[in-house]
Amino acid sequence: GFLIPYFIMLIAEGMPLLYLELAVGQRMRRGSIGAWKIISPYLCGVGVASVIVSFFLSMYYNVINAWAFWYLFHSFQDPLPWATCPLNSNRTGYEDECEKTSSTQYFWYRQTLNISPSLEASGNVQWEQALCLTLAWLVVYLCILRGTESTGKLEQLSNPKTWISAATQIFFSLGLGFGSLIAFASYNEPTNNCERHAIIVSLINSTTSIFASIVTFSIYGFKATFNYESCINKVILLLLNAFDLEEGSLTADNLNEMKDYLMATHPQEYAQLSPQLKNCSLEAELDTAVQGTGLAFIVYSEAIKNMEVPQLYSVLYFVMLLMLGIGSMLGNTAAILTPLTDSRVIATRFPKEVISGVVCFINCVIGLIFTMEAGNYWFDIFNDYAATLSLLLIVLVETIAVCYIYGIRRFEKDLYTMIGRKPNWYWKIMWAFASPLLIISLFIFYLTDYILTGTLQYQAWDATQGQLVTKDYPSYALAVIGLLVAASTMCIPLGALVTFIRKRLKRE
Amino acid sequence: MCFINLISLRKSSFFQQNAQNAFKVRLSIKTALGDNAYAWDANEEYLFKAMVAFAMRRYSSKSTTQISDVLLCNVTDRVSFWFVVTDSSQNMTTVPGSVVEAAIRMNRNRINSAFLLSDKTLQFLKITSTLSPPVEPSTPVWLIVFGVVLCLIVAGIVFLVVAGIQQRKKKNKESTERENLEEKGEVTVTVENGIPCEALDLKAGHINGVFAADDERFTSL
Repeated sequence: GFLIPYFIMLIAEGMPLLYLELAVGQRMRRGSIGAWKIISPYLCGVGVASVIVSFFLSMYYNVINAWAFWYLFHSFQDPLPWATCPLNSNRTGYEDECEKTSSTQYFWYRQTLNISPSLEASGNVQWEQALCLTLAWLVVYLCILRGTESTGKLEQLSNPKTWISAATQIFFSLGLGFGSLIAFASYNEPTNNCERHAIIVSLINSTTSIFASIVTFSIYGFKATFNYESCINKVILLLLNAFDLEEGSLTADNLNEMKDYLMATHPQEYAQLSPQLKNCSLEAELDTAVQGTGLAFIVYSEAIKNMEVPQLYSVLYFVMLLMLGIGSMLGNTAAILTPLTDSRVIATRFPKEVISGVVCFINCVIGLIFTMEAGNYWFDIFNDYAATLSLLLIVLVETIAVCYIYGIRRFEKDLYTMIGRKPNWYWKIMWAFASPLLIISLFIFYLTDYILTGTLQYQAWDATQGQLVTKDYPSYALAVIGLLVAASTMCIPLGALVTFIRKRLKRE
Repeated sequence: MCFINLISLRKSSFFQQNAQNAFKVRLSIKTALGDNAYAWDANEEYLFKAMVAFAMRRYSSKSTTQISDVLLCNVTDRVSFWFVVTDSSQNMTTVPGSVVEAAIRMNRNRINSAFLLSDKTLQFLKITSTLSPPVEPSTPVWLIVFGVVLCLIVAGIVFLVVAGIQQRKKKNKESTERENLEEKGEVTVTVENGIPCEALDLKAGHINGVFAADDERFTSL
C-alpha cells in the first residue's frame, strides 16, 4: 500500500526536482547561495535557508555515524555484546531492565545511549559516545580535505555511483533542498548529461530504498513473531510449573482450552496466577514499533546476532552503514562549505583546510549535546523538525523560481547548451505544475497536522517497564523546535526584504 | 505431606522443621533433550538419591549419608518432587537445609551432568545458581579498535594538511621565480590580458554557451 504513494512521489517530485537542482548547479557553477542569486537577486534567501538546513542536519546527522562506529568497534567480540544480557550485581540472574526487554534493546538504550527517563533529566556527556563522535568528525574532515576540489579529479563526482552512496540514506534520501546537490553539480563539467544522471540516481535510489525497506520489514516481522512465541512459551512454562502438569501437555494450540480447563478445575490457584499470565498477541507485538533511528540499530543487530558468524556480518553491515552515513555527511558539509569558499571575503583570508576544520570543530562541539543522557531526545527533535517543513518550502520556492521568475524558456535554452537536448514535455509539466501543487498540498497537510494534534509529544524510554512511553515536550523544547523551523524558513522572505531595501537605498 | 508416613513424629515443630529442610526439585527433561529425553522412573529416582548422598559426603568428610537417607516425595508428571535428607546416626532427624543447600551448590555441576541437564532444566527451587560472568579482557576490545582507527585517521589528516601546505609553498615559489625570469626577459610567457596562460584554469571558467555549442559552424582552417 505504501509503494503507490512512494512511486507517485518519486515520479512527480523526486526525479523532476533532482534534475532541476543538478541542472541549476551545473549551469550556474556556484554553490546554492550564488546559484540562486544569479537566478534572481531576491532569492538569495533561498540559498541561505538551504545552508542553514544543511548546517542543522550536519550538526545532528554525524551522531548516527558515531553510533555506527560504536557498534562496529563492539563487533569484534565473541559473543556479540548485544546477544546476551549482562548479569545483575549478585550474579543470580540477568539485569532487571534487560529481562523486561530484549538484549538488543537493552544494549541500545542502556549501554550505547545510557538514556535518561525524560528530556528534562539531561545527565552527563557520555565520554564513549563523545569519542566516537570526534572520530566521526575527523573522518569527515579527512574526506573533505581531498574531496570536492574544483580542479581536476571530477571523474568520481560525474560517476553516478558516488551520487548513489551520498544519496541513499534512510531520511531524505534524495537530498533535495539541502543545497548539496547544487554544490556537487557546480563542480560538474558544463556538458555533463545531468538529465540522464537525475533519472539514474533517482531510480537506483528508490530501488535501494525499497530493497532496504523489504529487508527491514522482514526482520521486523521475524522479531515480532519471535517475541510472540517466547511470550506464549513463558505462559506455558508458568502454567506447567504451577500445576505440575506433564511437559508437552500444553502447547500453543491447546493453550486457550487448557487455560479454561484449569480455571474450572483449580479456580483458587488460577486466580492467584492470573496477574502474571499475559495475553500474548502478535498484533500487539507488530504494533510496538521501535521509533526512529533506533530501528536501524536494534532491528539489524537483532537479526545479525542470530546468524552463523555474527561478527563478520556485523562488521560488514556497520561498515556499509558508515559508508552511507559518511557519504551523506560529505554532501551536507559540501553544501555548507561551497558557499563559504565561493565567497571572496572568507576564501582569501583563510585557506580551505582552516575553513573546513573550523566548521567541523564547531559542529563537533555542538554535537556533544547529543551524546548526553537525554541526547537521543534532542536528536529526535532535530530529526523530526529541523528539515521537514523548511525543505518543503525551499523546494517549492526553488521550483517556482526556476519556472516562473527565471523563465522556463531560458532554462530550456541553458539545458540545450549544456547537454545538447531540450527537456521533453514530461519534465516541463512536472516543473511548472505538478510538483509545486503537490508540495503545496503536502505543506498544508503538515501544518494542519501540527495544529490539530495540539502539544507535541515524544517517546521516552522507561527503564522500569522496559518500553517506550509517550510524554509531552517541555516548553523550552517547544521553543527550540519553533526556532529550528523559523531559522530556515524566515530566511527566504528576509532575504527578499533585504535585497529590496538595498535596491531602494541604492536608487536614493 | 508424605513424610509423616515415613518418619515418626518427634517434635512439635517437626512440620515446620521439615518444611524448612525439604527442597522442591523440578526437571524439564523434554525441554533439555527433546527426542533423546528419557522417562523418569524409579531408577532415575535412585540415581538422584545417590547423587544427593554423594554431594553430602563430598561436602563434609564426616558425613555418612546413605542412599536410603534421602527421601523423595510427591513425584508429579511435571517431573517435580520434594526431597529431604535424614541423619540415620541421629535417630532420623532431618539434616538442616543450609547444609544440604551448601552441599548441592558445591556439587551442582556433577549433579547436572549425571542427568544430562543444566541449571535451568534441573531446578532446585530454593537454591539459586550463580551464573558465571562473561570473560572480560582487561582493556575493552572496542577501545583498542578505536585507537587503531583513530591513529590511522589522524595520520591521514596530518599527511594531507602537510602536503597541501607544501604544494602551496611550491606554487608561490614557482610564481615568484617566473616573475623574476620575466623581469630578466629570459622566458617568454604567453600573456592574455595581463594574466599568464598557465595560471588560467580553463576548466573552471565560465564557458559561453553560444560559442561553445556550434563548433562546426566555423570553417576549419
